[in-house]
Amino acid sequence: MKFARVIGNTVATQKDERFDGRTMLVIQPVDIHFQPEGSYLVAIDAVQAGEGELVLYATGSSARQTDVTKDRPCDCVIIGIVDLVEVKGSTIFDKSQDPGVKRT
Amino acid sequence: MYPGKVIGRVVCSVKTPELEGVKLLILQPTDWEQKPDGDPLVVGDCVGSGAGEFVFYVQAREAAVTLPGIPAIDAAIVGIIDGLTLEGAG
Repeated sequence: MKFARVIGNTVATQKDERFDGRTMLVIQPVDIHFQPEGSYLVAIDAVQAGEGELVLYATGSSARQTDVTKDRPCDCVIIGIVDLVEVKGSTIFDKSQDPGVKRT
Repeated sequence: MYPGKVIGRVVCSVKTPELEGVKLLILQPTDWEQKPDGDPLVVGDCVGSGAGEFVFYVQAREAAVTLPGIPAIDAAIVGIIDGLTLEGAG
């Protein structure tokens, strides 16, 4: 799995009917220092992530293993909202201190 | 399977139900001499690995079958390396 930021939402009227009712978010993959890496992806959201949040996503056929993506043509799914990341004993990400999240 | 080193951990309180109780670690892929090789990734753990341990991991759909409930994970640690014998090395 890799980290990504939720940066937008996709609206598609014409789509595979197995995606009906699914939220398709646009995510920007980030590296371990949370800097953008690579281009955007469309991911099915299994955890009700919000814009700006740091999330964990899985790709490939593993992405079909959630309740919302089972037996659907999906290769990218958001599986968790990140609260804390620790590397070599120090906290490098703490959601409560994260300026990226848009709070309402 | 590929070698790597556990360098950290990730906490997610909101996650898919299948991921409840699954330990999520940050893994630095390495070569067989334990030198870093590539970008760190987040992996599931079914063998009780800890920080700093030299392990081997699987990627893609095979990672999901390492854990009960078959969660949507695409990388997982499947063994802790205690010893390694490489022909021609040392």
